[in-house]
Amino acid sequence: MGACKVHIPIKSISIQNLKVGEMMKYTIKKDPHKDERVQEIIDISGQNIFSCYQCGRCSSGCPMAEFMDILPNQVFMFLQEGDVDTLLQAKTPWICAACFTCTVRCPVGLDLAAVMEAIRELQLRKNYDYVDPYNVEERDILPPIALVSNFRKFTP
Amino acid sequence: MAMKRIGVFICHCGRNIAGTVDVKKVAEEIGKREDVALATTYIFMCSEPGQKLIEESVKKYNLDGVVVANCSPTLHEKTMRNAAARGGLNPYRVEIANIREWAAWPHEDNPEAATRKAIRIINATIEKLKANASLEPIEVPVVRRALVIGGGVAGIQAALDLADAGIETILVEREPSIGGNMFRLSETFPTLDCPQCILTPKMNDVAQHPNIKLYTYSEVESVEGFMGNFKVKIRKKATYVDWDKCTGCGECLRVCPINVDSEFDLRMAKRKAIYIANEQAVPLKALIDENTCIRLQFEKKVKEGKIKPKKNVKICSKCADVCEPNAIHFQNNEEIVEEEVGSIIVATGFEVMPAEAFPELGGKYPDVLNSLQFERLLAPSGPTAGIPRRPSDGKVPESIAFVHCVGSRDPQSGVPYCSRICCMYTIKQAMLVKHALPSTAVYDFYIDIRSNGKGYEEFYHRAKEEYGVNFIRGKVSKIYKVGDKYRVQGVDTLTGRIVEVDVDMVILATAAKGSEGVKDLAKKLRIPYDEWGWLKETHLKLKPLETPVGGVFIAGAAQFVKDITDSVSQGSGAAAKAMALLSKPQLEKEPLLAKVDPEICAGCGRCKDQCAYGAISIDPVRHVAVVNEALCEGCGACSANCPTTAIQVVNFKKGQIIRAVDVLAEVF
Amino acid sequence: MGKKIMFYPGCTLKGVAKNLEDSTIESARILGYDFVELPNWTCCGAVYGLAQDSVKFTIANVRNLIKAQQYGKEIGDNRLVAVCSMCYNNLRRAHIDVMKNRDKLHTLNIFMDEEPDYEGNINVLHYLQFLKDDVGFDNIAKKVKTPLKGLKVAPYYGCLLLRPDEVAIDDREDPHIMENLLKTLGAEVVDYPLKNECCGSYHTVDKREYVAERTYKLVSIAKEVGADVIATSCPLCFFNLDRRQEIAKQKHGDFEHMPIVYFTQLMAIAFGLKSEDVLHFDRHYISPREVLAPWL
Repeated sequence: MGACKVHIPIKSISIQNLKVGEMMKYTIKKDPHKDERVQEIIDISGQNIFSCYQCGRCSSGCPMAEFMDILPNQVFMFLQEGDVDTLLQAKTPWICAACFTCTVRCPVGLDLAAVMEAIRELQLRKNYDYVDPYNVEERDILPPIALVSNFRKFTP
Repeated sequence: MAMKRIGVFICHCGRNIAGTVDVKKVAEEIGKREDVALATTYIFMCSEPGQKLIEESVKKYNLDGVVVANCSPTLHEKTMRNAAARGGLNPYRVEIANIREWAAWPHEDNPEAATRKAIRIINATIEKLKANASLEPIEVPVVRRALVIGGGVAGIQAALDLADAGIETILVEREPSIGGNMFRLSETFPTLDCPQCILTPKMNDVAQHPNIKLYTYSEVESVEGFMGNFKVKIRKKATYVDWDKCTGCGECLRVCPINVDSEFDLRMAKRKAIYIANEQAVPLKALIDENTCIRLQFEKKVKEGKIKPKKNVKICSKCADVCEPNAIHFQNNEEIVEEEVGSIIVATGFEVMPAEAFPELGGKYPDVLNSLQFERLLAPSGPTAGIPRRPSDGKVPESIAFVHCVGSRDPQSGVPYCSRICCMYTIKQAMLVKHALPSTAVYDFYIDIRSNGKGYEEFYHRAKEEYGVNFIRGKVSKIYKVGDKYRVQGVDTLTGRIVEVDVDMVILATAAKGSEGVKDLAKKLRIPYDEWGWLKETHLKLKPLETPVGGVFIAGAAQFVKDITDSVSQGSGAAAKAMALLSKPQLEKEPLLAKVDPEICAGCGRCKDQCAYGAISIDPVRHVAVVNEALCEGCGACSANCPTTAIQVVNFKKGQIIRAVDVLAEVF
Repeated sequence: MGKKIMFYPGCTLKGVAKNLEDSTIESARILGYDFVELPNWTCCGAVYGLAQDSVKFTIANVRNLIKAQQYGKEIGDNRLVAVCSMCYNNLRRAHIDVMKNRDKLHTLNIFMDEEPDYEGNINVLHYLQFLKDDVGFDNIAKKVKTPLKGLKVAPYYGCLLLRPDEVAIDDREDPHIMENLLKTLGAEVVDYPLKNECCGSYHTVDKREYVAERTYKLVSIAKEVGADVIATSCPLCFFNLDRRQEIAKQKHGDFEHMPIVYFTQLMAIAFGLKSEDVLHFDRHYISPREVLAPWL
């Protein structure tokens, strides 16, 4: 297993896990405003995700959006609909580069980078390793800040 | 004489109050007071039967004071006072206890506390009421003339309506021609009328109306006085041309050697240092721009001693040389004129943010324009004769992108509100591009299409169905130049894809704000405004044309950005308001004004310094403060600053307020 | 001996980015400043923690600030200069964070009871800010021996000098500080529209294909607007833009290589410091030697 473990083609992870007929339907079972995991994401990120009005500027400015399976603006919509499960299966939070382009341009001042981090944290805090620090290629040429930042974002 | 037979009427306001406050209990508690003769409740006090209840109770119980516990006094104080007056009670013996906004609404979650608070508020109001004096309104004379500030479509409409009603009207416009932003437009949505066709008749009517006195290239310098009696100073800016002689022939423009950006064309075209605002300007008069005319600049420098003129030096006078009527005199003819009016209508309009304010959207590039600039390129009378061309190279664009909501709905880097007209004018501009250049591709990046006007939604559908405009839902984040093209980096939030398109031109629908300088004008008029330069109305829904200053009304986009339909309606509305005021021989004024007790007053003048209305003077002989009742608005700033309570507002005397506060301050 | 200024190098400058460290220290020396390494500094953490309920990513930075506080008192100067964009961003954010959230500072001060409390008066500066505000471009111009006349440079800021807003060293959408410096050095600056776009950052470790796509776009557009080189201040941007050209070339036949340099290397060259000891061109994947030859 090399360093690049996210070589699966785009739009595959979440789709593969879904059964036929589930992909285009979502049943709201609970008021998303009362969903504990949505609240946890709000608490960790410090962002009121309900203030997003779906202008899309986070997505259009995102340098990594073309590699994502869910667009940044859609992340807010999934949260506003209380669908944290889809976000936990998605690639998007792990493709965000925390470049803050969305954060500084968001018209309502939402820090989407922090929301992405909160979604990652939900998994990392369960001792989940997104990358394996012992199995990194090019260790000799990568600058230390690349490794430090990568492990900080992708390991507990 | 303190009141002993007070009637208290508690309103349910449907469920607004009664849904939270236990009105029965409130009536019970208040009824226990010895000074209360009647405490009762009714579902809607403002309704006809509600008012009848007050009127009849005043008679039946011989009430000497009334408290109505309902909503804010700004809504129904007058209604209740009139009702009591019909029963024979002096209207100033009626007070409102606001238990809706103060008790019911803020404490919906705690009905018990809301009920206690309502009782407390009513008790405090009764304490205040008990020392109210019976008063009669004050009468002041009226000057039967009006001033309209701003010669855009709203101001033009207001001036014409007033003038038609026989009221002598003064119209002040700071630009050299009337017409405002509307006159810059190509065509108007949703009818696609051109302003040159529909506005010029009105502009000419203004110029020719016997009841309208037009001051263009003029600004309001100062405003004094009060409702019915304003004294206004107007500064007519220097034109260096005698407008009585100027025929508007335009010979001077042809010979002037200086080219500068045209204000009317928003930098999309040049004008000369001597210029006429536009070809259909009203009035059609030439004026010299003192900042760019070489002769005036030279003379200025000589005057300032910066340069010494050589003998026999010939300074440019080409315009004057060709002027047959000899109108160009190069003399600074700035002048201050004074006018007396009874009412003022402010119709100062709006402006849109410059494209340069948005560097991430390519605002610095020459072919990235704001919407108003693009109107000039679409206008048949504009610099490109209605065929849009790129300012950078004059090329006809093969593709154009429009971006909605640039700075609008963006509290972080623009304004928090929706600028209201952009959706429709952008759709219109897209259509006009297709009219002029059918093969040009048009991409319209929107967030939400807001088409809430008569015929607007249908107009949008026409753009989609008949004109071939491409609508893409998502806000653009970045625009940059690649080669000869502008790369638009957008998103389609509906399919969930990043969208990139290279175009020849970009139009940014930038946010609208109140006109530049409107804040200074508002200060002169003492009317409130917000941080974006919109003038504040007295009540958003029910008094949208009124301001807190009596006799001063607002119309059109000065209040908030409006389309032409709404601006014209408001112009007429404000004119009607002014007419109602000016149709009276005398004005009645609330007598709740400051009064001085000369026995106590030491003449220190603190009240005079505090008065925002210039209503207080110090009598030099008796050395006491004197209040001009016509000017006083009864705000109480004087009273709060008086070290001896010598100056107090009638029915808001210190004793009354202290007693009311004492009741309110009891611990729950 | 020049005026002593505290310098925070960060991990990467001590290893792969020797070219950045030496060109920074040596260019500062020419300007009359002695950049002294902050004693006992620790890693900045590279990325700032965004979880509101955690202080773990703030500890190391505050510890560094405390060290600067101690040493700053010794040399009588509270400025702490960093040149790596990530180090600058982290130190500055930590400072602002604990100044805004005094509870957080209190928690950290208690946690690090072996250290004195952080008093909050360390002025974290990026080298570009130091050059503009403290040295002045006029004074820099006086030291230029080899004007970089004719060299077309695309200034590249990346993210962390400009975002988030509270740490921005210039206008985040249209910065000019590096442009003005490069012009002072005599270089021709191209209008590079992607100067504030992300390079893909830490994804270079596990998703290098994605980063190579970013590199392809960033370098191609720089070429398009006429640049000979891209100048940066961040060792991670440098690595991604430089090294990932290898994959970009494999994937895109039309891709043309372009050397990446640190702005400090250009400064050193303009100041006449042209030895490999300062420039370390051996650290570059795409060697800038050929492009820069006229000035070397």
